[in-house]
Amino acid sequence: MLEIRNLHVQIEDKKILNGLNLTVHKGEVAAIMGPNGSGKSTLSYVIAGKEDYEVLDGEILLDGENILEMEADARAAAGVFLAFQYPLEIPGVATMTFLKAAMNAQRKARGEEELATTDFMKRVRAGAEKLGIPQDMLKRGLNVGFSGGEKKRMEILQMALLEPRFCILDETDSGLDIDALKVVSDGVNALRSPDRAFLVITHYQRLLNYIVPDTVHVMAHGKVVKSGGKELALELEANGYADYKTLAA
Amino acid sequence: MPAVQETVEQVRAIDVDQYKYGFETDVEMDVAPKGLNEDIVRLISSKKGEPAWMTEWRLDAFRRWQTMREPTWARVDYPAIDFNDIHYYAAPKNNPAPKSLDEVDPAILDTYKKLGIPLREQEILAGVQTSKVAVDAVFDSVSVVTTFKEELAKAGVIFCSISEAMREHPELVRKYLGTVVPVTDNFYATMNSAVFTDGSFVYVPKGVRCPMELSTYFRINEKNTGQFERTLIIADEGSYVSYLEGCTAPQRDENQLHAAVVELIALDDAEIKYSTVQNWYPGDSEGKGGIYNFVTKRGDCRGKNSKISWTQVETGSSITWKYPSCILRGDGSRGEFYSIAVSNGRQQVDSGTKMIHLGKNTTSRIIAKGISAGRSNSTYRGLVSAHRKATNARNFTNCDSLLIGNKCGAHTVPYIESKNATAVFEHEATTSKISEEQMFYCMQRGLSAEEATALIVNGFVKDVLQQLPMEFAVEAQKLISISLEGSVG
Repeated sequence: MLEIRNLHVQIEDKKILNGLNLTVHKGEVAAIMGPNGSGKSTLSYVIAGKEDYEVLDGEILLDGENILEMEADARAAAGVFLAFQYPLEIPGVATMTFLKAAMNAQRKARGEEELATTDFMKRVRAGAEKLGIPQDMLKRGLNVGFSGGEKKRMEILQMALLEPRFCILDETDSGLDIDALKVVSDGVNALRSPDRAFLVITHYQRLLNYIVPDTVHVMAHGKVVKSGGKELALELEANGYADYKTLAA
Repeated sequence: MPAVQETVEQVRAIDVDQYKYGFETDVEMDVAPKGLNEDIVRLISSKKGEPAWMTEWRLDAFRRWQTMREPTWARVDYPAIDFNDIHYYAAPKNNPAPKSLDEVDPAILDTYKKLGIPLREQEILAGVQTSKVAVDAVFDSVSVVTTFKEELAKAGVIFCSISEAMREHPELVRKYLGTVVPVTDNFYATMNSAVFTDGSFVYVPKGVRCPMELSTYFRINEKNTGQFERTLIIADEGSYVSYLEGCTAPQRDENQLHAAVVELIALDDAEIKYSTVQNWYPGDSEGKGGIYNFVTKRGDCRGKNSKISWTQVETGSSITWKYPSCILRGDGSRGEFYSIAVSNGRQQVDSGTKMIHLGKNTTSRIIAKGISAGRSNSTYRGLVSAHRKATNARNFTNCDSLLIGNKCGAHTVPYIESKNATAVFEHEATTSKISEEQMFYCMQRGLSAEEATALIVNGFVKDVLQQLPMEFAVEAQKLISISLEGSVG
């Protein structure tokens, strides 16, 4: 599904990714772990198409198609979704309005019909209910005054509604208490399917107790330095990242 | 905001330099020679068939004007205007005024069709009773069509051109004209007093709630014709009226001068709601062409517990100099000012309001949203003052500026004066930029850069859009997006 080859990226003359290679298969949940500053968030931004990052070399293939030349909105329409570590506030734009605009923009980009309002409402209500999002929150400005947990739930709701094929979760567990973590994880697990792949970026092993990965990759100094099964996460939890900090240097 | 998608499609359909309303109507015009002197003033007055006192009133204004200087305190910059290089009168030749739509020159009707003006008379004839909007369409200087007159007459509401009002209701005009904006008020208002050609007149009698929204679409058509509108609205005791003013103008290379005066008078317990959507030609991306808009708008809450509310959406003109204000004279009166000013390209906007608290327990509220893009500059200039007798005066002001790109400017110049210790004035102001993070977030969800900007901007101006009548709100939202086209990317 996603294949990253020899990716070199810099921002403002600072090299962040140094020849990163990563493959995530269809239906797979891959976890990326690593110490602060190892380039985890940069990787998620580069896949999603944030400007400011200069790709010096390498390629990112989504189902065989190089997406590096595509704008962020085109990548979204192609099925890339990034659940932000810090979701942005859009004052004055009701959450419901935003959801509809996003869903229809993607449908349009794919040459599909716009959603009928009743159909849209039905989907949103059902999705919100599963995630314990109260209806009145959908009328408020997107993420404005939402708690950390509410913002993360909203990200998962958007993910569920937009039905992407490649989902990136950037530190989705940060700022969540144990109950919220469980709700969010359940939401993600419900979306696992043979046609969809996930890249779960996390600092701690905790999240992976709830979203159990198929593979675990350790990042350090801008590349993947070790890959393994889910047991690798437990190993990291026990030993810390100290070994890897020196490994790649 | 369901109009977002539609808005964006409309934006795409329009080229930056293809100003949507930039067409000319080929109708024979009756044009006075260029220049301003006593003869021209007399000519205008006689063309309008005005009484002698009115001619004198104009001449007095003209003589005053000759001693005045153009104001220079606004934060706008433009080449000197040659006031003798302007036609002060232009009218379509097919006078006298037609009695129904059938008698109107088809070319003019076609122009209105392109503008999408809701001349709903046909609907009414066909029995279609949708929302009612009476339109007093002003084609250059002469009112061509006035609809709904009869229905309004039933309610006792007078809605006509000001020239007609001078003939039919001289006592009302004489009693109120120039009582809010005096002849000597300022350079442009004084000039307007001398040469104004037409405009709207509204009188709502005691205790009457005007049965429909009243609307005037202004349109500048003849080349080099200064447009000097004069509007006078009087809401008698306990009455209510909502008035909509919408403006579009064809594209020009020469700059066109527009200096209107609007006077509102609310007597005891009366309420006037005045809404404007202004989208005159802003000039091209280099600042060439475009309308110069120097307007004096002022409301007088003359009676106790009266209320005047200004709502404006300004997207057009190359220069805007405009401060719709309220004089809160009656005890317990209330003034409101809701404004969205959008500037792009090389547009310059200096706009705001004055809330002058004279009576006891008077309240006012100011919500101003400025959006600057391109190389434009937008200034909010506002005055809130409390007179010695204005016990318990209250004001709340909120001024927010949103910048798109990094070559535009936003400035806030609030003046606050209080001569009464019980007055409480609050002022909030913010300046923000559409952040790249916000843009990326929206685009990650599939919105294009243009759609994302439209969405964020619409969210920013929502508080003000809510104050507009429904039909206007949708139009305004479209206009804002059209105006910001090309400002991202």
